[in-house]
Amino acid sequence: MAKQQIPLTGAQQLTIGKALNLGLRRALEDDPKVLLMGEDVGRLGGVFRITDGLQKDFGEDRVLDSPLAESGIVGTAIGLAMRGYRPVCEMQFDGFSYPAFDQVTNQLAKMHYRSRGRITLPVVIRIPYGGGIGSVEHHSESPETYYAHTAGLKVVTPATPRDAYFMVQQAVRCDDPVVFLEPKARYYEKGEVDLDAPVASAEPLFASRVFRAGTDCTVVGYGPTIRVLRESADAAAEDGRSLELVDLRSLSPLDLDPVYESVRRTGRLVVVHEAPTNLGPSAEIAARVTSECFYSLEAPVQRVGGFNTPYPASKLEEHFLPDLDRVLDAVDRTFAY
Amino acid sequence: MGDKPSTRPRSGTGRTRRASKRDDEVALQGPTPDPEFVQLLSPDGERVDHPDYSVDFTDEEYRGLYRDLVIVRRLDLESTALQRQGHLAIWASLEGQEAAQIGSGRALRKQDMAFPTYREHGVLWCRGVDPTAPHGLFRGADHGDWDPSEHNFNLYTLVIGAQTLHAVGYAMGIGYDGKVGTDDGEAVIAYFGDGASSQGDVHEACVFAGVYHAPVVLFCQNNQYAISEPVERQTRTPIYQRAAGYGFPGVRVDGNDVLACYAVTRHALDAARHGQGPTLVEAYTYRMGPHTTTDDPTRYRNGSEVETWKQRDPIARVRTFLEKQKIADDAFFAAVDADADRITGRLREYVIDMPDPTPEMLFEHVYAEGSPLQDAERAWFRDYQASFAGEGH
Ligand SMILES: Cc1ncc(C[n+]2csc(CCOP(=O)(O)OP(=O)(O)O)c2C)c(N)n1
Repeated sequence: MAKQQIPLTGAQQLTIGKALNLGLRRALEDDPKVLLMGEDVGRLGGVFRITDGLQKDFGEDRVLDSPLAESGIVGTAIGLAMRGYRPVCEMQFDGFSYPAFDQVTNQLAKMHYRSRGRITLPVVIRIPYGGGIGSVEHHSESPETYYAHTAGLKVVTPATPRDAYFMVQQAVRCDDPVVFLEPKARYYEKGEVDLDAPVASAEPLFASRVFRAGTDCTVVGYGPTIRVLRESADAAAEDGRSLELVDLRSLSPLDLDPVYESVRRTGRLVVVHEAPTNLGPSAEIAARVTSECFYSLEAPVQRVGGFNTPYPASKLEEHFLPDLDRVLDAVDRTFAY
Repeated sequence: MGDKPSTRPRSGTGRTRRASKRDDEVALQGPTPDPEFVQLLSPDGERVDHPDYSVDFTDEEYRGLYRDLVIVRRLDLESTALQRQGHLAIWASLEGQEAAQIGSGRALRKQDMAFPTYREHGVLWCRGVDPTAPHGLFRGADHGDWDPSEHNFNLYTLVIGAQTLHAVGYAMGIGYDGKVGTDDGEAVIAYFGDGASSQGDVHEACVFAGVYHAPVVLFCQNNQYAISEPVERQTRTPIYQRAAGYGFPGVRVDGNDVLACYAVTRHALDAARHGQGPTLVEAYTYRMGPHTTTDDPTRYRNGSEVETWKQRDPIARVRTFLEKQKIADDAFFAAVDADADRITGRLREYVIDMPDPTPEMLFEHVYAEGSPLQDAERAWFRDYQASFAGEGH
């Protein structure tokens, strides 16, 4: 079966996966210093095919099938960056980013600070993350808190093909290390991307976005939970409740001004993520919103997240992951005060 | 099963009758089925002598090895079929690696401990663990629901290389318990792949094993691939030669030769249990199937390579040997097939009927001593689920 060729210009219906692939292709074209490295990213095109065809077109010196060693991948990316390259590292799965944890948190995150600004490390670490794909253990983790908790790293996560296409290019252009979290369960979601639009025309990388206006309750999410937010808003609308939805897009830095503005109007906030709630992103958001919007809040901020257990066997993941029912249950709670 | 090798092998003493390529050529030219390694049974079923290794199996023991090989292959094929039919989420096939696993697995003595990766279904079989045990993990029902201490077989480890450190630590504990130095001393085997050999954890495992002189065998199944990456993406030198740098012997064995795998592993384990420290074994073999059922190997390797390795099938050579030596007759082979039918039939039934875990299991065993946060979440979850009662969900 011949592969369907997607014309590389104009407005296209793309999956998130394909949008990332084309975004990386553009990044490789735009800057000869950009390198891709990771396990199986070359010949195979990555286990999710995000780098499909790129080694063929850019060569083995630009798209590197690395030895099976995550600490090695990130550590050598640091050296390459010091030498003027802009490495984009792929961690094959979220759980396998942990063997690189020292290089990411002790080395990559701190080099600029330690060198008092003399060294910049424009390294991107791409991590497919989140659950819901029926996989075995270590393949469904939500590691965002570890990385967002580490000063010196920026952490972003796209939820639409358009964001995937532009944000990955913006991340590559960023002079700070960026942990780029890809909601793997959404790789096959489709949406329109204007491939002719310049990167400069895209929204800023570290900005959150209200993507659905509403009046009764603000619901904030990112990455894999954006779809759940949409479904929840549809269902709530049937019950006559209007939810305002925010896609955070960036977890570090957090751009909460649009959230404050929204909460001041709705008086209610629910924060949704797959990561466990304990000390998770929603804890930070709840704290900040509570201090910024205290007199606007009609109810305590509600949180919906993964339970504080290891990620369960996949037959149980539907209970673990936030879904429409749990979001609506939390929305209900904000009306119970 | 008893073979009594008399001397400790010199590092890398593998020699075969056939002319073999130089090691550096091997490394630079990619996988060849005929590097320098210890071989006791050739692909055409001929016994080969080796100066350092031998086996003295009874006929019944030879037949037992054949039966093991056939049964684990049949269980594996059935598992792949179960995945294709939607009863398993994923399966990691051992096809092609049966000899490495049965040889090393049967070399273990009862008191020895094994630390597998996710592919050691053959070793699991040798340890006496129920062959249906791993299927909960691959179905998504559990994370590996067997008791590691019951059969001295640890849970599968999916994070590449991590278990090698656990194995070395366990072996250090055996040393501190004074359980080395005698015939009934204990030893440990750590399984890992050629891809894993690049991991920092595996390097550190070798460092600790060497420094503490731990009673451990580091058993690398070099099946030539780490998903799509051929072994040259991991190393330019043969893996077994690394042992020298850690200060213990390394040996390469024909990983498709069950007799050689048995002899080399038994020798290394016995050395370990007698207080002679670790050994690195590289079993040179080939992954005949995809990495897992989600993989498509046609994207990165060609069919002729696979065909070459088919000629070195680990089971066919044993069958030829048994037939030529008149150790087994047709009735025996038919009985083994019937056994395999029965055992795979049981597997099929078991997997298809496997109950789903109950939602409350989510919250079980997070801590040995419990914790208020999980208790509170469990209570919340119970109420939450009850709130749907009667809604016709
Ligand atoms: C730390 C880590 N990184 C990446 C992976 C993803 N992964 C699973 S198996 C595999 C290849 C392993 O190759 P090898 O060690 O040769 O063992 P084989 O699967 O061939 O038996 C990879 C990269 C993982 N499980 N763990």
